[in-house]
Amino acid sequence: MQAFDYARPGSLAEALALAGNGRQVLFLAGGTDVIIQLREGRRSCDLLIDLKHIPELTRIADLPGGGLEIGAAVPLAEVYEHPRVRGDFPALVDAAGIIGGIAIQSRASLGGNLCNASPAADSSPALMALGATLRIAGPAGERELPVADFFLGPGRNALQPGEILVSVRVPALPPRAAAFYHRFIPRNEMDIAVASSGVFLALDEAGRIADARVALGAVAPTPILVPAAREVLVGREPDAEAFEAAGEAARAAASPIDDMRGSAAQRRHLSRVLTVRALEHALRRIRGGQPAGATH
Amino acid sequence: MKRTYVQARINGEDRDFLCEPRQSLLEVLREELGLTGSKEGCNNGNCGACSVLMNGRVVNACCILGVEADGADITTIEGIARGDRLHPLQQAFLEEAALQCGICTPGFIVSAKALLDREPDADEHRIRFWLSGNLCRCTGYDKIIRAVQRAASQLQESQA
Amino acid sequence: MTTVEKPQYRVIGTRPIRPDGVEKVTGKALYGADIRLPGMIYGKVLRSPHAHARIRSIDTSAAEQAPGVLAVVTHADLPTAADRVEELGESAVNVKEVSENILASEKVLYRGHAVAAVAATSPHLAEEALKLIRVDYEVLPPVLDVLDAMREDAPLLDENRRTKTLMTGELSEKPSNIASYNRFQGGDVEAAFAEADVVVEREFRTKMVHQGYIEPQNSTASWNADGTLTIWTSTQGAFAVRNLVAEVLKKPIAQVKVVPMEIGGGFGGKLPIYLDPVAALLSKKSGRPVKIVMSRTEVFEATGPTSGTVIRVKAAAKGDRLTAVRASLFYEAGAFPGSSVGAGSMTMLAPYSVENFELHAYDVVVNKPKTAAYRAPGAPAAAFAIESVIDELARHQKVDPLVFRKVNSARKGTKMVNGIAFPRIGHEECVEAALNSDHYRSPIEGPYRGRGVASGYWFNGGMQSSVVVAVNTDGTVNLVEGSTDIGGTRASLAMQLAETLGIPYEDIRPSVVDTDSIGHNDVTGGSRTTFATGMAVYEAGMAVRREMVARAARLWGLPEDDVEYADGTVRSKKDGRQFTFKEVAAQSARTGGPITGKASLVARGVGGAYGTHIVDVEVDPETGKVTILRYTAVQDVGTAIHPSYVEGQIQGGVVQGIGWALNEEYVFDEEGRMVNASFLDYRMPTALDVPMIDTILVEVPNPGHPYGVRGVGEVPIVPPLAAIANAIYDATGHRFTELPMSPRRIVEALNGLA
Repeated sequence: MQAFDYARPGSLAEALALAGNGRQVLFLAGGTDVIIQLREGRRSCDLLIDLKHIPELTRIADLPGGGLEIGAAVPLAEVYEHPRVRGDFPALVDAAGIIGGIAIQSRASLGGNLCNASPAADSSPALMALGATLRIAGPAGERELPVADFFLGPGRNALQPGEILVSVRVPALPPRAAAFYHRFIPRNEMDIAVASSGVFLALDEAGRIADARVALGAVAPTPILVPAAREVLVGREPDAEAFEAAGEAARAAASPIDDMRGSAAQRRHLSRVLTVRALEHALRRIRGGQPAGATH
Repeated sequence: MKRTYVQARINGEDRDFLCEPRQSLLEVLREELGLTGSKEGCNNGNCGACSVLMNGRVVNACCILGVEADGADITTIEGIARGDRLHPLQQAFLEEAALQCGICTPGFIVSAKALLDREPDADEHRIRFWLSGNLCRCTGYDKIIRAVQRAASQLQESQA
Repeated sequence: MTTVEKPQYRVIGTRPIRPDGVEKVTGKALYGADIRLPGMIYGKVLRSPHAHARIRSIDTSAAEQAPGVLAVVTHADLPTAADRVEELGESAVNVKEVSENILASEKVLYRGHAVAAVAATSPHLAEEALKLIRVDYEVLPPVLDVLDAMREDAPLLDENRRTKTLMTGELSEKPSNIASYNRFQGGDVEAAFAEADVVVEREFRTKMVHQGYIEPQNSTASWNADGTLTIWTSTQGAFAVRNLVAEVLKKPIAQVKVVPMEIGGGFGGKLPIYLDPVAALLSKKSGRPVKIVMSRTEVFEATGPTSGTVIRVKAAAKGDRLTAVRASLFYEAGAFPGSSVGAGSMTMLAPYSVENFELHAYDVVVNKPKTAAYRAPGAPAAAFAIESVIDELARHQKVDPLVFRKVNSARKGTKMVNGIAFPRIGHEECVEAALNSDHYRSPIEGPYRGRGVASGYWFNGGMQSSVVVAVNTDGTVNLVEGSTDIGGTRASLAMQLAETLGIPYEDIRPSVVDTDSIGHNDVTGGSRTTFATGMAVYEAGMAVRREMVARAARLWGLPEDDVEYADGTVRSKKDGRQFTFKEVAAQSARTGGPITGKASLVARGVGGAYGTHIVDVEVDPETGKVTILRYTAVQDVGTAIHPSYVEGQIQGGVVQGIGWALNEEYVFDEEGRMVNASFLDYRMPTALDVPMIDTILVEVPNPGHPYGVRGVGEVPIVPPLAAIANAIYDATGHRFTELPMSPRRIVEALNGLA
């Protein structure tokens, strides 16, 4: 590993100043990706800025209206142990509880998982399904960006030089709504998604689908939203036929590659299977029958 | 090479050391502090042989920089027993023959301790889920799971 | 546990705590990478980025000037090695090829092939210095597949290699990547095919897989000015390391001392040497002790996995009889000759009595790492092929697959393919126990669920062992041995000594010592240690008993014939006077000095081992994922010395087999780069991927061992591949002939994708 300097700012302002000082900078949250990438020579820096001592990045706070703001450097374990996350946003537990093993979850963060911008990252489709936005601070001030707009390509995100991802804002769900995330991996844990699906489903008072979102992971250069799935779902009964149509839309939207983790054909197929199953789970969750967390 | 001064509480003792920012906590524990009970199996967070407790949570010491340990409370396998009194997990690993080569054993014991500290009544599935970040290639896991179950029931009995 | 008339033992068959246990659960046990010596520096190895290339030049001058660097070595620093074969016990190696594999001279033959090494004051500085070494390569086309490598127009790894026909010793005229060809045959295969009720013909493929031990290879060497060399390393055979290092470095054996550290798994992968001579040369140049530890990527890319294979089988049945088998086995050796095809072909038919057979075995070099032994090397792939075909034959003949195996079972007197008759073996007993098991008698129900069975065989090894037993004046005993303890053999050996001496297990303290401190011991491999070193322990124990008899006879003034030893007591046959073991020990100073016993032997009487496995699976047809619902492994273990560690060997072997069957494989790109060289993407089973593994220990004592011991460690990895394939067939109706049976392969097959 190349040598680098290490800084541990105690405030966002201090961190922004360090990030803008002209050196080649990388940010450190949980470190479970960036430390390995530095060690294996896949990334390099002169200065590694540790974000874990900045209040805005390390707390979970209620938002007005029932949403939740999760600091970008909060470890996943603290995210999925948080009572409000467990109670109101179980889809986040689905995702955060399966990134790496328990020891990884003690350190890894949502911010790190997002900024690493892997097409297969578990938190991305879940957060996209939840309609989450990102609070980004930079030299010119703050901005907010939908998670869905954050990914530019494998390993590339929308942060400008000197910008820091501060937090993830998850809006409150409407009534009769739920989200669900799952993935397919060859093992039962400690694996990278071959394909994944995060869905959001809201019913109207009559029990028809009022709103829906379907997001897919690992089937395109970035995680993707599938607007066509929403189109086929909204207004329909939440039944097998509707879910199958949405699964078909997901399959059609996938543009995967062949690699050692899976084939393109397998991934397209899984896009449908996982989306149908995720919608079934989300529906069960609306009806009170699907706990948070891993499904196997 | 510029080295940073770090203070941490390690196995109940206040320790300090100098390390380069690029040195992992695992490297510091093993090469600087002589705590070689934590093992390096993969150096990228996929085998759990370097599991240690940091502020009460189980972490992979290979995925943490030594400088990040400043101010932390760390327990390694060397800090699990009390003097010559083994922790019930250690005793159970012996009695259940839950180790063969033993290289993964420190990581499993540390990780299992973190589980039982939180969830003393964890069932088999939960134990398997929790320990899935720790690879063992010798035992097929059967006796490891039984050892954790045995320790769990002993711990519960002793607290009842 | 099934017991076939076994003697009543006092210690054998109990489950005491292992002598090295406390050190290992407290983190005190020192493994190879844990060593730290005064003045020690760190070595790193530069490896080839190409799978096949000629080295035009290596320029190390910049690296030598880099900060902290104290030594740089290349192949030029190695003496010219003899082109001769060194016996390693379980395997034999060509010293020149070992030397070439340690540091390449003219050609690199696989990605990861070592080219140069640096020692520096920190591992980070050593790593930085590696980047300053300039290697000029002429990149050559690689050949990665065993069948491609056999083509006449294939790129040659070695232009001078000729195919050796092992039956005749003849060499081919043309150079070839086929290092050797061998054939076994008996009866009339064609006639049997013509008369058969059914003939099944299939081609099977398996990928290279790795042992996956958790501890990476390591070596620390200290070269003294007088030429003596000490090496601390994790190895399955300290003496093999010593002898090979002496051979490669052209030193007298007595100048090399190897100190065996605790070893973090091996499964055959820690028989070869990789780092030891490199660390030694770096130490010689720098004047400092040098430690080298491989990264996990290096372990995958540059140590020996087991062969990828192609196996073609044509087999016939008439009624419930297996009447003929013809098979061709093509095994990848990796960069240098020496795949496990020999053992594959020898074990393939060992569970059965087959009159007509013809086996063709090809050892083929390819541009991948040189293969090494992996638990019953060669046998699992061969069993995958034959046991899948037998499943088809039995199904076609509507015979229960276990009954089919029982009817056709080999037994005492059945000839192996090499014409040697089996001694007492326990395959039939294993199949019988499987038939009677609760598992097999329980129905399996539900869609996409299925059950499979398979059998397997492994020879087990004998070879050389040497031990010393020293009795202390308080009656405790030191057992000094030289066999690496890789999973509980300190316990299994101490137990055999306690049984022999009739004293408590707790009174015995076993130690695995360095190569200066005991006679030669062959490797811990071939499931030999509890058997062969156990036999030496028994002999040494008997020597102690004789010495104790002599001492007591002297004290009593009786002829030795009038004194007997039983149950830890020395007794006069004349008058019933007796001394306990402790009492004789206490008087040793005035009866002739310390009481010791030693034994050195080449163990004969190896008993082969069989296993029969039953597995239930569930397949998710939409994702292709296979869940192992229930697994029972039946094995003839001879005598289970420490049943917990016997069960542990079986459970561990089964889970390695599950990994091999379902997910593990080396994935190479077209240039020969392994693209999944990490524990993340190599996908060994985690605790969450497997159920409890039930074991049924069948004990058919080996008549060749005083306590009936058979090796137990290797055979459990032989049946799982086929058992799982047969279960998946039962669940889905689809016959998978290629490993791994990954979700990708299954989902593509079941859904017509791909």
